[in-house]
Amino acid sequence: MTSAQIDVLLVAVVVAAACAIPGTFLVLRRMAMMSDAISHTVLLGIVLAFFVVADLGSPILIVGAALVGLLTVVLVEATSRTGLVREDTAIGLVFPALFSIAVILISSLAGDVHLDSDAVLLGEIAFAPFNRFAPFGVDLGPVAIWVMGAILLINLACTALFFKELKLATFDPALAAALGFSPALVHYGLMALVSITAVGAFDAVGSILVVALMVGPPAAAYLLTDHLPRMLGLSVLIGATSAAGGYWLARLLDANIAGAMATAVGIAFTLVLLLAPRRGLVAAARRRRRQRWTFARQMLLIHLATHEGTPTESDESHPDHMQRHMRWPADFSARVIQTATDRGLVVLEAEQLRLTPHGREAAKEAAVR
Amino acid sequence: MIDVLSGLFVDHTLRTVALGSATLGIVSGALGAFAVLRRQALLGDAMSHAALPGVALAFLLTGSRAPLVLMLGAAIAGWLAAAAIVGVVRTSRVKVDSAMALTLSVFFGAGLVVLTFIQRQPAAGKAGLDKFLFGQAAAMLESDVITMVAVGAVGLFGLLALWKEFKLLSFDPDFAATLGMPTRRVDILLTSLLVIAIVVGLKTVGVVLMSAMVVAPGAAARQWTNRLGVMVTLSACFGAAAGVLGALLSTTAETSTGPTIVLVATGLVVVSLLFAPARGLVWVRMRAWRSRRMLALEAVIADLASLAAQHGSNATHPHDIGALNAVRGRAVVERALTELAADGLARQHDTGGWSLTPRGLAEADRLARSRRAPGVAR
Repeated sequence: MTSAQIDVLLVAVVVAAACAIPGTFLVLRRMAMMSDAISHTVLLGIVLAFFVVADLGSPILIVGAALVGLLTVVLVEATSRTGLVREDTAIGLVFPALFSIAVILISSLAGDVHLDSDAVLLGEIAFAPFNRFAPFGVDLGPVAIWVMGAILLINLACTALFFKELKLATFDPALAAALGFSPALVHYGLMALVSITAVGAFDAVGSILVVALMVGPPAAAYLLTDHLPRMLGLSVLIGATSAAGGYWLARLLDANIAGAMATAVGIAFTLVLLLAPRRGLVAAARRRRRQRWTFARQMLLIHLATHEGTPTESDESHPDHMQRHMRWPADFSARVIQTATDRGLVVLEAEQLRLTPHGREAAKEAAVR
Repeated sequence: MIDVLSGLFVDHTLRTVALGSATLGIVSGALGAFAVLRRQALLGDAMSHAALPGVALAFLLTGSRAPLVLMLGAAIAGWLAAAAIVGVVRTSRVKVDSAMALTLSVFFGAGLVVLTFIQRQPAAGKAGLDKFLFGQAAAMLESDVITMVAVGAVGLFGLLALWKEFKLLSFDPDFAATLGMPTRRVDILLTSLLVIAIVVGLKTVGVVLMSAMVVAPGAAARQWTNRLGVMVTLSACFGAAAGVLGALLSTTAETSTGPTIVLVATGLVVVSLLFAPARGLVWVRMRAWRSRRMLALEAVIADLASLAAQHGSNATHPHDIGALNAVRGRAVVERALTELAADGLARQHDTGGWSLTPRGLAEADRLARSRRAPGVAR
């Protein structure tokens, strides 16, 4: 790997970690689509701030973008609070409008500056290594690492400092309000973090990848654990792995890096969705299958126990009778009897199924439950 | 603007643009109205972003830029995205907002990957695909418009054919299910129509902003009526107006078409939210203000009347304003008194004190009577 590639990889991993932290709370608070809205509208903040300071490298741009991110939240809430449109409609109205203003403003600048709406949407992380941070002529690596590193630290610090408040306001906003924490303050604080992260990351990776990194890894982690700190950790881990995997994918296919990373996030989520130990689709399907067999076996035992010692016992305990009585297919019935025999619950004597003492116990237990 | 309007009748390109944008507006407006009612505004956003890989793959696989081919690719991708969202929500505990954001970004990312393959191809014919991001009305050809009209007509026809079913599903899905309607299948059909609404406008408005064209006309139309038929018709009209106006504006001002159309549509929404009769915020505020004023007037009359009652024989004895404003605040009381005086219900004495006129006393009596519940014994 060349040093430029290592730089790209580093930037990607730092961005992924910085996005995963506020993203976890967005996913838990069911506001994932706000990441989409904010990552689009920060562009307006950048353009407006650019009109003021006329310098694309100025940190004022981040402040302006964060403010417009908050403005998005305020506008969405104000619109839905009129009661005239629902919240999803409000989001769907506000962010395209703000984004449109930004695109039109940019096109009015027409080539005067290197600020391009395509680039914002798509990002070009491949250029990150060429923009060096070199105070006093000392090369300290790409600027993007420093910017995103600082944002990662801010996210970490805020989450650690207000962990209790965030947790409470996320899981029980009513209790949080009753205890005197302001859920609104937590809400806007979180949205400010989302905005800052989105604007910091958009330059490096583009706004669409910001959405992927904010929502995908936490959604995957949500399927793996019920424990908030563990979910945060897993999100960072999955995000960083996807970013690295996406970079590898992009080099393999010689494709757009941000796009490949978003794709990698999708692959990671799909894998988790399928293979998660408890909530995965495979685990669930296996559990259902196992339950089906267990249930069928229990039905067999209870049936035999019910008719044990009755006059019709010889009819009722004939192996072929099970198919008719339970409406089981022949091979299914045979397998149920086979597994019950293997487990020493029943024995087959002279065309009659008999419960073993062990089987009688199991039947009693199943019937009670 | 006059130039543009007269150009509409002579200039071929301009006419194509206007026709295409009108079609896009009518289709997305009419079909989008249901998305607004069914809280699928953000699903539209997810699906329109997700259309990108469909467009790119359709081009990569067929090498064709025929509008129908690209629209078909976009529709399949958008449909798959909707299926993915529903699938994730149904099979896991991931909530719908996360599923949408994830699907949107992953599909779009995959689209970017496919686009890089296209960019590596020899130049022939690849031009124009980047226009799918933000749209370009000026690049609209007659063949585009014909395809848009045809595809849009299919969508509108589907809407009319299953109007009753869609209406029932949108307002009372449980009732629809009890009637034995295959709600799941009808739901899928209605969502598929939303896909049509989105792909029709992709080339003009672009994948990023197409969702706004699905949401905005419906949200605006909702403010003017409570009837579904009227709402869908209005929504189509708003969509057409936004499409044509935006497209013409963008051609004359040389801005990107998508954002311009979206801003015009947003303007329609703002006007509707503020001024639509009955629901409009301005009217609601005015009604609230008027009723607050009436309450203040009645309260001041009642106060003056009870003060008058304490004076027994001399009912028009003047009272100091200070005796009135204890609760309501001086400014409110003063304004109310001025209005009462203008109506001849109260008057100010030379001493500066206030009292009701005989007419005011009669009015106070009437108000007191009307306020008491009928049939209650004194």
